[in-house]
Amino acid sequence: MIEGARWRKWLWFYLPLGAFILALLFPFYWMVVTTVRPDGELYRPWNHPLYSPFWTSNPTFEHVKDLLQETLFNTWMLNTMFIALVATLISLFCGVIAGYALARLTFRWAGVLGTAIFVTYLVPQTLLFIPLAEIIRDYRIGDTPWALILTYPTFLIPFCTWLMMGYFKAIPRELEECARIDGAARWQAMVYIIFPIAVPGILSAGIFAFTLSWNEFIYALVFLSSPEQKTVPVGVTSELIRGDVFFWGSLMAGALIGSIPVAIVYSFFVEHYVAGMTGSVKG
Amino acid sequence: MATRGPISRALEREDTLAFWLLAPTLLILTLFIAYPFVRGVWLSLSNSTVGEPGHFIGLANFYKIFSDSIFRTAAYNTFVYTAITTVFKLALGLWLALLLNRHFRGKSWVRAFILLPFIIPTVLSTLAWKWMFDPTFSVFNWLFWKLHIINSRINWLGDPELAMGSIMMVNVWRGVPFYAISLLAGLQTINPDLHEAAAIDGANRFQRFWYVTWPLLLPVTMVVVLFSVIQTFADFQLVYVLTGGGPANATHLFATYAYQIGIGTGLLSEGAAISLAMFPALLLVVVFQLWYIRKVENR
Amino acid sequence: MAQVKLTNLNKKFDGTHAVKDVNLEIRDREFVVLVGPSGCGKTTTLRMVAGLEEISSGDISIDGKVVNNLAPMDRDIAMVFQNYALYPHMTVYDNMAFGLRMRKFERPEIDRRVTHAADVLGIQPLLERRPRQLSGGQRQRVALGRAIVRNPRVFLFDEPLSNLDAALRVQMRVELKRLHERLETTAIYVTHDQVEAMTLGDRVVVMKDGTVQQVGGPLELYDRPANRFVAGFIGSPAMNFIGATLAEANGSLWAEAQGLRVRVPPQKAERLRRHAGQRVVMGLRPETLRPATAADSDYAFDATIDVVEPLGSEILLDVRVGDSPVVARVDPGLRFSARERVRLAFDPARVHFFDATSEAAI
Repeated sequence: MIEGARWRKWLWFYLPLGAFILALLFPFYWMVVTTVRPDGELYRPWNHPLYSPFWTSNPTFEHVKDLLQETLFNTWMLNTMFIALVATLISLFCGVIAGYALARLTFRWAGVLGTAIFVTYLVPQTLLFIPLAEIIRDYRIGDTPWALILTYPTFLIPFCTWLMMGYFKAIPRELEECARIDGAARWQAMVYIIFPIAVPGILSAGIFAFTLSWNEFIYALVFLSSPEQKTVPVGVTSELIRGDVFFWGSLMAGALIGSIPVAIVYSFFVEHYVAGMTGSVKG
Repeated sequence: MATRGPISRALEREDTLAFWLLAPTLLILTLFIAYPFVRGVWLSLSNSTVGEPGHFIGLANFYKIFSDSIFRTAAYNTFVYTAITTVFKLALGLWLALLLNRHFRGKSWVRAFILLPFIIPTVLSTLAWKWMFDPTFSVFNWLFWKLHIINSRINWLGDPELAMGSIMMVNVWRGVPFYAISLLAGLQTINPDLHEAAAIDGANRFQRFWYVTWPLLLPVTMVVVLFSVIQTFADFQLVYVLTGGGPANATHLFATYAYQIGIGTGLLSEGAAISLAMFPALLLVVVFQLWYIRKVENR
Repeated sequence: MAQVKLTNLNKKFDGTHAVKDVNLEIRDREFVVLVGPSGCGKTTTLRMVAGLEEISSGDISIDGKVVNNLAPMDRDIAMVFQNYALYPHMTVYDNMAFGLRMRKFERPEIDRRVTHAADVLGIQPLLERRPRQLSGGQRQRVALGRAIVRNPRVFLFDEPLSNLDAALRVQMRVELKRLHERLETTAIYVTHDQVEAMTLGDRVVVMKDGTVQQVGGPLELYDRPANRFVAGFIGSPAMNFIGATLAEANGSLWAEAQGLRVRVPPQKAERLRRHAGQRVVMGLRPETLRPATAADSDYAFDATIDVVEPLGSEILLDVRVGDSPVVARVDPGLRFSARERVRLAFDPARVHFFDATSEAAI
């Protein structure tokens, strides 16, 4: 029976788990292999006798070099970094204070506003991108980073607000009541007592907001047009494909390197990230 | 007695403080959500094109798009795409969550790596899929050929019959980690004593899942599903990168078709109308979600 | 040092009237305890004094000045919360210094005061710790320290001992009393525990359903409860209540119930005669009961023992008189067994009568 149990554990546990891991991670492996594969190997059809999918005998950094030297990739990275950081900071600021107000203060429209912000959290970017493009043009911020810095908060703030509300609600009320009796004004109790305690929540919200900004696609695609203004996702998809010709080596290099900042932020704060993700779901 | 400035004093009033704390958020959401929405409705009721303000033409745009066969295909695709991928994401995500809910060595590493498809920028990982689906160089074709399943190539994205399925596969791939990790968080809140109690009461593995785990997991599941349904329904990136709506407009969704008409060809009004056509379905989901959250909270 | 005066104080939450017309005058340096079952409005009253809860109507004044619209930060009071409310991200030192910093005290003065308070409470070695590294009793001390560093005009305590285990609670109760004797600051203390109320309070305010039932010194409440609720709430085990009818016979007044006929003591008969023929509630404290002797004939009744609880220092007899359950607290030297018949006598000077409908003492 013990023998049977081991066999069974392999069948019902290790095998499916292994399959999941393989399926979920294979595309990333594929990105890496393609990035370092010389063009000669890259463009062998699938039924070519020398097609060697899982390794390459003579790895090259040619594609990476092309990407960094022949394209605007570095500019896109800087653009994305700048936009994501500023949009995240704005959204954190707004989301944290709004979340505090909704979680802690009683006022007339609290319920309605809370629901309204939750609903905007659910509004997908694809619903409003056409009128927004018009508005961006009216405000004369089209094709500048500000087009994104001002619009990304529309989906980041509701997310941050919602996440922070949950966090603030978990902090005992007595802490700020005690601070107020100790001589702090309401806003001081908020800034000196509640915010420092909520730092893990603020980190979660910030990391999540940063990755969301880095990933955003349709606004960046529609609001930016000059190649030197683009973000990584848009730049890679539009500028590295010329006509019908796909430069797969540099495309994969771009996809790989363009993912690295998000991956780094993620790896440092996995727990915060997961907390943010699950927190946003639990509401 | 301590002395304070008039501002501190004014902010002691809860509604005054609340107003100022919410003001930045409300300003941004009004300028970039509420106003665009109104503007979008107006656009969809006018005949504006890029650079041409246009005038009110009533529901003409909607009549036009509803008689447009590509729009109808897009609408059909969107519903099918959402329904099928949601079923797969939920089933596979739940399975993975149950696997991850057991104790094994390297669990935290597995959990961290498994989330990669969700956190890596979607268009970038989708490009990798596009490369893997390439008709001439596809690694899948090579694999199936080596396994003697096929003799001739499979045209993953070029065949109208297959393209939608390929797109769904990528969506499921990207969505499963989100489902798995969220459901795992839900699973971890379930007290293991309940399982032991059920086991002592004589419930087998399946009964324990069905009568204990599933009902307790349902609230989290509902929120995850509804959230993901909205995202999937309004999806844009996968189709844009993988097929651009082709071949022969067979794989358009609402969002990609709106983009093609509104931005690609510059028919802003029609594009806005196509986007807004998503609204009733989204509204339904949101209202249901609000109702459900309230119901769970009041229980 | 300050007097606190509550005048016609009311609090209405949507739908519930939590505090009804409370009038209370707390003298300078007095230790007043608000006691009552949960939901009686005691905590709400305290929070209104603190400024954490808005007043629906009425006035609160401190030292003759109405503070209704004063923010908590401006009231110069200190409060100790049930869960201590220590700031988790600050050291013990910073927890205690926070209030002084908010009030813009100079650094050396802050240092002096915090060190002094830490001395008084014996927590100097803990000053650099974080709250989560402290035990329950230590947290309690820090919370007290945070309150005393500021020399506030009034101390407010919201069930500060209820999160401690029983032994520590008794110890902290004594320390609190000692601290108050030393500091002589006006204090308002909320608790649901009548023992705490009796041991700590100079005066005790018994509340129920948002209204004040009685205000008085601990012994006054015990000896002369104003109504049946106060009588039942104060004292442990609780007072026994037996529904009875008053009847005149042979020139004296008798209380009659099923299985019981006792004489109303002459000193009470005067006032009770008006209620002759009516239903009343007779109240007997368990500690006034003892096995009867022949001399007790008019002030004794027969009972059947249900349960004997030998506690060592005393024996609790759960007996039945007619249909009424009665508890007697008797000498531990006596021997009883269940289902035994026993005749119990009471001290005629310490029997209480309450109106059956209004429940007021008569």
